[in-house]
Formats: sequence, C-alpha cells, structure tokens
Amino acid sequence: MTDRAKNAERIKAGLARRYRAEKRFRLYGILAITAAVTFLLVMLTAIVIRGGGAFQQTHAALEITFDQQHIADNDWQGMVKASLRRAFPDVRARQDKRSLYGLMSNGAGFDLQNMVQDDPSLVGQTRTIWLPTSDDVDMLMKGVIDRSPPEGDRRITDKELTWIDQWIAAGTIAKQFNTRFFTSGDSREPELAGILSALMGSILSLSVCFALSFPLGVMTAVYLEEFAPKNKWTDLIEVNINNLAAVPSIVFGLLGLAVFLNIFMLPRSAPLVGGMVLALMTLPTIIIASRAALRAVPPSIREAAYGMGASTVQTVLHHVLPLAMPGMLTGTIIGMAQALGESAPLLMIGMVAFIVDIPAGFTDPATALPVQIFLWADSPERAFSERTAAAIIVLLGVLISMNLLAVILRKKFERRW
Amino acid sequence: MEHDHIVSSFDEDLGRLDAIIAQMGGLAERQLSNAVDALCRGDVDLAQRVIDDDQKIDALEEEIDNYTIRVLALRQPVADDLRAVVVALKMAANLERIGDYAKNVAKRTLTLSAMDPVGNATSSIQRMAHQVQAMIKNVLDAYATHDIAKADDVRLRDEEVDLMHTSLFRELLTYMLEDPRNITACTHLLFVAKNVERIGDHVTSIAENVHFLVSGERLTDERPKNDRSSETVIVEN
Amino acid sequence: MELSLHTNLPSSAYVEDNLVSSPHKVTAQGVDVYYGDKQALKNINLDVPSNMVTALIGPSGCGKSTFLRCLNRMNDVVDGCRITGQIKLDGEDIYARGVDVVHLRARVGMVFQKPNPFPKSIYDNVAYGPRIHGLADSRAELDDIVLTSLEKAGLIAEVRDRLEAPGTGLSGGQQQRLCIARAIAVEPEVILMDEPCSALDPIATAKIEELIDELKQNYTIIMVTHSMQQAARVSQKTAFFHLGELVEQGDTSDIFTNPSDERTQAYVTGRIG
Repeated sequence: MTDRAKNAERIKAGLARRYRAEKRFRLYGILAITAAVTFLLVMLTAIVIRGGGAFQQTHAALEITFDQQHIADNDWQGMVKASLRRAFPDVRARQDKRSLYGLMSNGAGFDLQNMVQDDPSLVGQTRTIWLPTSDDVDMLMKGVIDRSPPEGDRRITDKELTWIDQWIAAGTIAKQFNTRFFTSGDSREPELAGILSALMGSILSLSVCFALSFPLGVMTAVYLEEFAPKNKWTDLIEVNINNLAAVPSIVFGLLGLAVFLNIFMLPRSAPLVGGMVLALMTLPTIIIASRAALRAVPPSIREAAYGMGASTVQTVLHHVLPLAMPGMLTGTIIGMAQALGESAPLLMIGMVAFIVDIPAGFTDPATALPVQIFLWADSPERAFSERTAAAIIVLLGVLISMNLLAVILRKKFERRW
Repeated sequence: MEHDHIVSSFDEDLGRLDAIIAQMGGLAERQLSNAVDALCRGDVDLAQRVIDDDQKIDALEEEIDNYTIRVLALRQPVADDLRAVVVALKMAANLERIGDYAKNVAKRTLTLSAMDPVGNATSSIQRMAHQVQAMIKNVLDAYATHDIAKADDVRLRDEEVDLMHTSLFRELLTYMLEDPRNITACTHLLFVAKNVERIGDHVTSIAENVHFLVSGERLTDERPKNDRSSETVIVEN
Repeated sequence: MELSLHTNLPSSAYVEDNLVSSPHKVTAQGVDVYYGDKQALKNINLDVPSNMVTALIGPSGCGKSTFLRCLNRMNDVVDGCRITGQIKLDGEDIYARGVDVVHLRARVGMVFQKPNPFPKSIYDNVAYGPRIHGLADSRAELDDIVLTSLEKAGLIAEVRDRLEAPGTGLSGGQQQRLCIARAIAVEPEVILMDEPCSALDPIATAKIEELIDELKQNYTIIMVTHSMQQAARVSQKTAFFHLGELVEQGDTSDIFTNPSDERTQAYVTGRIG
C-alpha cells in the first residue's frame, strides 16, 4: 500500500512542472502563429495600400468637337489639344502650350478614335467627354506627388498646378474606376497600361499546361500505382519523379528553350510553348499527388472488386479512379496555382516581351501575369509602381480563388464517400 | 412451447427434444397402466409385452443423452434454453427409472399369476396406480405447457400416494399374519407396492424439475412426506 | 395440450444432414503456401462437400484466412505469395495453366470480414457483378437479378423502397447482407466467407447465421471464423488449423463432442490459444 501511496506522491509532485511545460509550449505555438499572421497581414496591407490606388484613374472632362478636319488628318490628339486651347485661352507661349498638352494622356486621342468608330454619327458634334489625364496628373491627384517642395524638385510645374486647381474648382477632374486596367494590354504610358494581355497569356498558358499535364499525370500515376510490377526499375522511376518535383523551375525553362524553341522551332513567346514548359514543371507534382490519392483508396474496395471477378482495368476504372479523383483534382489545382505564379521558366522561353495586343490564340505572342509584374517593377514611373502592386493583387486574387476551388471540390466529393 | 430464435434450426433442435420427452413420457405412462392391468387380470401375455417394451424406453433415454450433449456442444444454450436442456436430461433419467419399475411390476406379475389372489390387495394397488398414472399425465402436461401451478400440484399429490402405500403395507401385513400361506404372494405384492410408490417419487422429482424449468428457482421447502411404512409395526396380540 | 403417444419420430438418431453421401465440391491436395521464404501452410489436404457449411477454425495466425484466399486465387495479388499443390474445383485444378481467374472468381464468390460495399447505390452494388460479367440482356432482367439476390440475402424488406440510396448508409449488419447479396448475384457455386460476423453485433450475427443456414441449400459455403461457438452453431463440417497445419477435419458434432486429436480438444476447450 505504501508503494502506491509513494507513487501517488511522486505523480503529484511532478504535475505542476508538467502543466507549466505545457503552458510554455502552447505559448510558443501562439507566438509562432501570431508572428506568421502578422507578417502576412503586414505584407498584404502594404500591397493593398500601394496598389489600391491603381484601380482608380484620374479623368478630366473636356469639351471635344469632332470636326471633320482633324478626322480627315487622322489627328485625334489634335482634337484634344484644340479642346485644351479652348479651355485655357490665355496660354500662348510654345513651352506653356506643350506643358498644357502634357496634362492629358497621349492615349486620349485613341479613345476619341474608338468612339467615332463605334458611333459615326458623332462626327461634327461637340460633346463633353471624360478623358484620361497624364500619369503625373494622376499621381498628383492621388497625393503621391507632393505639392510642397519647390518647383525645381517637383515633376509638376506651378503653371500646371494652377490649371489643375482650376479644373478641381470646376469639378471637371475626378478619379474614376479604372476599367482600362482590365481591358487593355501593356503600354509605355502607365495611365494606359492594363493587365489583360498578361491575364490572357496566363490563362492560355495554363490551359495548355492543364491539357497536357492532367491526363499524362493521372495516367502515369495510375500505371505506376496499379499496373507496374514492383522492381528496381519502378523504384528508380519513383525516385526520379520525386527529384524532379524539387528541380528549380528555371531548368525547365532552359529545357524549353533548347528543345521546344531550337529543335522543334516552335514560335517564341507563345502560350503554347509556355504551357508546355509549365506542364513539364507541374507533372511531377500531379503524379505525386495522384499516387497519394490512389494509395488512399482503401484496399477493401479493391479486394471487393477483385472478389467479384473484376479485372484489374475494371477495378481501377470503376472503383479506384472515381474515389481517388477528388485528391487528384486537388493536387492538380494546387499544381496549376503554382504554375500560375512561375516566371523564371517563362522568361527563358521569351515570354518577357512587351506585348500590347491581347493574345487570341495559342501561337500569338503573349506574356504572363508574374512576368508582367516583373517588367512593370522595373519601370521608373511612379504610376507603374502602383500598377505593379495592383497586378500583384490580381494575381493573389486568382491564386486564392483557385485554392478555394480546390477546397470546395475536395469537400464536395469527400462528403459522398 | 414458444421459441422464436432468430436461427430457426435452434428452434427445431429444442422442439425435437420436447418431442422425444413427450414420446418417452407417453410410453412410460402406458407401461405402468399395462403392468397394473396385467397384475389385476393375471394377464401373462400383457405382462410379457410390458417387459419387452421396456427396451424402447431405454433406447429413448440413450437418444436423449446423446442429443442433449450435442445441443449443449453445438448451440451453447443459456438461460431458459439451458434449463430446458438440463431438465430434459434429468427427466429422461426419471422416466427411464419409471419404466424400469413398471417392468419390475410386470415381472412379479408373471410370478404372481401362478398363485392364488390375496384378498383385495390387487384392487388397492390398482387404486394407487391410477393415482400415480394421473400424476404422470399431469406432470407431462405441465412440462409441455410450462404450467408451474400444475407441476406444484402434482408434487403435493404424492402425499396421497404415500398414505395409500402406508395403508397397503398394513393391509398386506395383516394378510400375512392371518394366513402364513399368503406370505410369498404378499411379499411380492409388497415389492409391487413399493415400485408403484417409487414411481410416484420419481414423478415428484419430475414435477420439481418442471418447476425449476419454468421459474429458474429450486423449491426449498420440504414436500410433505407421509410414507410411514418404514415405521409400521403390527404387534400380534 | 394432449400428449400424443403416436408421435412419428424415428426412434434412432436424429436426422442429421447427409454427411456421408455428398460429393466433394472443393478438394485441396498437398497444398503449401509460402510468403517469401516463410511457409504459412504445410501440406493441407482438405475435402469440402457440396451444399454444406464447412468451418475453418484455429488460433490467430494459423493460416486459415490464407488458405481461404487460395480458393479463389485472391492471393495472386499479394506480392511474394507462392502456392504449390493442387486445389480442385469440381475436379479441375484452379491453379492450372490457362485457368481464367476472372471466371473462377465468378464461380467462387467472397464475403469479407469488414463489410465493404462499393460507394454506389444499393442497386448498383448488387448489379455490378452481373453487369461486368454480362449476365443480363436488358434492364428488366437486371432488375430481376437484383431483387432476387436481395431477397435471398434477406434484405429486400428493408431496402425495397430505397434502392438508389448509397450502400454505405446502411447499418453494419445490413451492409454485410448487401455484400452477400452482391456475391450471390452472379450465382456462384461456392461462397467463401472470411469471418463475416466478426464486425457485427449479436443480433446482426444471428440474422446472418440464419441466412447462411438457408443459403447452404443452394451454395457450398466455406467459412473462416475465430469464434468456435459460431463454427459449432453454423457448420456441418469443421477443419481445425494450427501453426499452418490442418490438424483435424470432420463432422462438426464430432469435433465439438469428441475430437480425435488432442490439439483439437485443447483448442476447442480453451486450453491453448
């Protein structure tokens, strides 16, 4: 009896220490999570603050006369200039005029051209049209460019400031939602630059990547898991696939350059090639995830099928594959999300060009979202740094929705099983 | 009897046990009746038939023995099923002894048929035998219908049989004292009476088993025993 | 109740099932099974009569499940498993060259320890076998097969109005009866059962034992069980395995009342593990 009492005493003595250790451990965990979440929040907040402004663009309301002369000369920007002259009649000097014209974007004329093409009845009419201002004016309106330093240190001259203030007083200058960001391709002028070409390029590349990697990956995984004999050759293959998943992505870009571009002579910068390179990169991920999904199918189902007299192919197609499909899809979507964010391999195959037109087919030159971000990050204009952050937000948004899709799919299919 | 086991073959096994017991009981009852009839009428052929038929009862007892072992091994009965099987085994032993006593009566009948009848002894014996026969019938009914009241009643009626046996003892002693030439016959008749009384005791034992089968409890109170034959002394004066 | 003195019972032994005269459906001769270098079964010679339940009993790891799985060649999918000797179904060796395993498994069905219905509807579960073996020419024929199988398995009353419900939504006992229905839908000749009731509660077990009693009239059943009591209740023939050997085989009532081998007696009385 004393032994038991002694044991009880010992246990009691150690309890306080154990509980303290547990509390410490929990504290460490909470600290770790807090640190991680803080970093994440700081990063997201910084990006959102920096890029949020890009979703708005400053426009000025100008009275435009669609006169025949300008149209005949194809001088659309001239209409804009004429309107500016009318708005500020006392601007005479050549320098001043040039600086006045500089208030509006160079692309304002293209807007007018598109309007007349859509609606020819506008010819000869006079309308008040909201047109995009230049990127400096935009930055001023968004408060990025500071008014306070002396003129020499500022991008906007005092005279320009007076004109802008006049507009502000008249209410003819305002920030509007920047639809152009989502509808146009890249441009030298930041106020005209949009991500659509990059977005389309990414979508096309990903489509090619999915079309190539999903069937190949799934069939490879099925063969390796269900049909292949277990010998040292298959072991070797498995080791190699696992290694490939860890290879830096730029190596795949080099492979693409050497084989697809130089040997097969496929067009440079095309989503077709980009997709093929990305497929090579994602294939190991899909194979590994699919094999894990196949292994997770309980052997009792396979035994039941074999016991019924189903052949191996029937067992796999009727029972194992449908049950493993949710896991395979999840793995695929995660692989796709990774591919979406890759820029290094695409750089190697030339998807780094300056693409203005929206790519329509798989062989049109295109760029991808991460590459676009990389290019814009290089540009000096203030407005481009805003747009870089905005493009990052768009990229994150697409990634989050893809992962959300993966979670929803997994939940939906898992419920049935 | 109501058995609704999910596995119907278990019901069949237990039903078979009931049927064999019923057959054995009916046979035993008939043996007693025939033996006493043979004694009263001096019917030697009937007595011989009783002696021959005893082996049927023995064969049934052997069958019950084997069958209960089989049911115990293969079905692992519990609760009332277990009591049913154990009681069947005990009842078979009791019924087999009853058959043996009936055979003994028949054997003595063969011997007595060569001698003159003694007074009213045989009719007294016949009365006692009828009582026992009724008891056998009732107890087998009680077993078949799980009627505990009937079984308890049979158990108590044995007292009358005991009383009858005591008075029969006296009667036979009287005959023997009257005329020493009766001694041989009366001695045989004494044994016959004893056999019938023992049959009554076995029926009582069966009744107690039936009580146990139905209620799961043993009867603890002593049943009334009024067999005073062991104390009977007749003093010749 | 009037006691009848004229009960029509044979006075000799109870009517036992025809233990003597049945032909042997499955016979094993000199069967050895190896997993890699380790020998799991040594020189098994077993005769299984038709239309009866044969129980294989023995302590854990004695090889009875391994032997059962040899009978429909399920051990083919296990790596490193090697079988020598002959196993004959209706006199023909199932391990001979050129034997179609798929066809064999349609003749020899299997029910597993843990109920494993496919994650499909009840109807599709039972219809799977007939579908892949092409046993029905029309939807009506398939319906007929499914309903008959469910009826034979004693499940039809409980699922008649929800055939499209998932098979995994049934209770454990119902799932196992569904698996039995699935196995008999292809009209096998032999049904192998690997501890079919070990995952079930006593009532569900009793229902399945009753079902097995009925099924044996049309099928030969070979059942592995680690419950000796179940073997005693359900089977007519029993084979006792110990450490990879077949120690004794015979009538169930003999094995459980008076076994010939001491090891058998020690096992059934609970003196060895």
